[in-house]
Amino acid sequence: MASTALPSVCPSAVLSFQDKCKDKTKCAFFGKGKQTLSIKTKSNGQITMAVAVNTSRFDNITMAPPDPILGVSEAFKADTSEMKLNLGVGAYRTEELQPYVLKVVKKAENLMLERGENKEYLPIEGLAAFNKATAELLFGADNPVLHQQRVATIQGLSGTGSLRVAAALIERYFPGAKVLISSPTWGNHKNIFNDARVPWSEYRYYDPKTVGLDFDGMIADIKAAPEGSFVLLHGCAHNPTGIDPTLEQWEKIADVIQEKNHFPFFDVAYQGFASGSLDEDASSVRLFAARGMELLVAQSYSKNLGLYAERVGAINVLCSSADAAVRVKSQLKRIARPMYSNPPVHGARIVANVVGNPDFFNEWKDEMEMMAGRIKSVRQKLYNNLSAKDKSGKDWSFVLKQIGMFSFTGLNKAQSDNMTDKWHIYMTKDGRISLAGLSAAKCEYLADAIIDSYHNVS
Amino acid sequence: MAARIAITTRIKSSSSFLLGSRSMSSWWGNVNPAPKDPILGVTEAFLADPSPDKVNVGVGAYRDDNGKPVVLDCVREAERRVAGNLNMEYLPMGGSNKMVDETLKLAYGEDSDLIKDKRIAAIQALSGTGACRIFADFQKRFSPDSQIYIPAPTWSNHHNIWRDADVPQRTFHYYHPETKGLDFASLMDDVKNAPNGSFFLLHACAHNPTGVDPTVEQWKEISYQFKVKGHFAFFDMAYQGFASGDPERDAKSIRIFLEDGHLIGCSQSYAKNMGLYGQRVGCLSLVCEDEKQAVAVKSQLQQLARPMYSNPPVHGALIVSIILGDPDLKKLWLKEVKGMADRIIGMRTSLRENIEKLGSPLSWEHITNQIGMFCYSGMTPEQVDRLTKEFHIYMTRNGRISMAGVTSGNVEYLAKAIHEVTKAA
Repeated sequence: MASTALPSVCPSAVLSFQDKCKDKTKCAFFGKGKQTLSIKTKSNGQITMAVAVNTSRFDNITMAPPDPILGVSEAFKADTSEMKLNLGVGAYRTEELQPYVLKVVKKAENLMLERGENKEYLPIEGLAAFNKATAELLFGADNPVLHQQRVATIQGLSGTGSLRVAAALIERYFPGAKVLISSPTWGNHKNIFNDARVPWSEYRYYDPKTVGLDFDGMIADIKAAPEGSFVLLHGCAHNPTGIDPTLEQWEKIADVIQEKNHFPFFDVAYQGFASGSLDEDASSVRLFAARGMELLVAQSYSKNLGLYAERVGAINVLCSSADAAVRVKSQLKRIARPMYSNPPVHGARIVANVVGNPDFFNEWKDEMEMMAGRIKSVRQKLYNNLSAKDKSGKDWSFVLKQIGMFSFTGLNKAQSDNMTDKWHIYMTKDGRISLAGLSAAKCEYLADAIIDSYHNVS
Repeated sequence: MAARIAITTRIKSSSSFLLGSRSMSSWWGNVNPAPKDPILGVTEAFLADPSPDKVNVGVGAYRDDNGKPVVLDCVREAERRVAGNLNMEYLPMGGSNKMVDETLKLAYGEDSDLIKDKRIAAIQALSGTGACRIFADFQKRFSPDSQIYIPAPTWSNHHNIWRDADVPQRTFHYYHPETKGLDFASLMDDVKNAPNGSFFLLHACAHNPTGVDPTVEQWKEISYQFKVKGHFAFFDMAYQGFASGDPERDAKSIRIFLEDGHLIGCSQSYAKNMGLYGQRVGCLSLVCEDEKQAVAVKSQLQQLARPMYSNPPVHGALIVSIILGDPDLKKLWLKEVKGMADRIIGMRTSLRENIEKLGSPLSWEHITNQIGMFCYSGMTPEQVDRLTKEFHIYMTRNGRISMAGVTSGNVEYLAKAIHEVTKAA
């Protein structure tokens, strides 16, 4: 339909607009401020005056750095060498270095397909059956804290999302409180607390001399922190080092946290993956719970159920009373609603189906033992190769002492770069390798590369 | 701090855990119960109601004529192709490229030059909420002094999103209570009076909660005035296909702005038009000057997503990609979307006729004038409360009726109830 009305353009309005844009402070978003005044004539007879159309607000936006972990996989994909090996992101691979969908997950999915369930919104707190199952897995189905309804649980977007919601809770109710994170820790922890505007500082954790735990340093730093700090602890299979405290050390950590009135905040991303046993891997969390402490615990099913991209996890807040749990849960929901409204249903249903069906649950436990077992065996093989091939007498036994998906090799950035540049082995620059991406067949090659990088590069 | 020290002494003296009734101090003493979400809280209340007559016209989730949730046939077929087959490896931070590409075509047009020239920075997002939230955080980070102009009224969660992103918000006139239509004159005044270069949130089609959309001519005027003022337009398009039944037609507002050369932002959701509600699938896109800038902007969007959820869920994205990538499935989807929209349009007519049949003194033509899933009935919160208490009808207190919850089975009952509470008005 041809329009007969010519939109009126006030030339002075146009000019004053251009003048305003020369004033940088008013138009920080406008960058170079190129303006074009053009007249477009359309075939239907309508004339439009285009005013200042080509200036973008994004001129001053620079390229963000590649993510240090997820960026590794992208670089690996681009590498054309036949020898390349991806030991970057912590995603489990079979001996054939293929991704692995657990058999029990396929069964659960087929069951779900047969049932033909709908795709309605979950409530903000997520799938009820999932929330129940996940809290029971974490604390133990018979744990009194569950019977007393003292745990506030909401389904979250895997570990990351659950941590982020917890961080927002901290920022809102404990403004100014600090989170203490281990040095080193998973790279994204800092991003999460930064974006949530929660200040953080580090406690000593990794001792490069022993390639083990700097326990005294850890205790001292936790003690020195202002009272009422949040202490971020890895429940099991510490990422990136693979170094976990012993049970005895956990008791002492709990002591000092109670002494300083700190708040324990567990990140449990590998339950079942560390030792192969779900219960054993939860013992640190259960130890703290048994002492009557209030806890924050983030969980993820990315690795132990192989549900990576489904983004399934949970945030649990163990409170001292059922009343507190109800209030806290309502506030967790209030944080989630403006972030994503309600969590994705598919992965949660898989978890609920697997955990809720005794046959599936047993199958899952077997498959998890198998995955953890494969990793233990490549650890052994890697260690064997390192000890046999390295004539320098260096003690490589830390490889065996570490636990979980990762090994902290002790290689520095230059040495890690050498691993990539010379050997086409992709890892993160902090010296972390994901054993989940290592096959028995490649252990020798990896050992050669590590020995070369360690001794010949500084 | 004194309270904290008191807590310390109490904890020190107890090393075994205490039962709930004992007065063990908690960190959470100052945490108040949060108010129920005004929209999602309605469904909670509905579920708790034992009355056999209860009707849920609260949340905007489509129901068939039996009041049952619907999984589209195209979605079932896509799921069959997905189940148990593909691995579940992490998507890239920006999500599924295939799904994003198909989604951009829906908003920007199959033959869009912007797409060909790779000028759009886009990421898969956690449905519409997630797309708006990432945009709000992006706005805060890169335009820290800006505020957002939000229509009055709007979906209540919009206010939460920009508030939690720490972006100050103002409203602009939109709904005209007297006409139950668009207050176009005041809208244009607000656009003109806002400082140059302001950020505006616009509903691309099927405005939520009012169902009141500008006409094509009005959109053109809005677009023109936006150019004069150099404003930034962020479109929230949660109902493409649901308004008229034709996705191309429903994207008209966006296309008008694009023709006029605006560099817009857009949030898209598949919750309603593909019935993928709980899968959380959507897309955030920003039009840039050129490909290089689009790459930079995308990297910054990913930088915001990483500390929020790392990477988006794959399942829903796979369903979308399969459907839109298969010409037959896509045709089926378009047919099913039109079916849903047509049922709603039919229910609008039916509800209006039923109320008028009862001899209501008021005008109800807004029921059929308004478009999309919702009808802004004009009822007061008190009248809505009566509907709930006396008739077990659940809706949000702003008088918004989700037409998707109206069926041939409940439309008469609903009409009667509405007439009852409004006839004295």
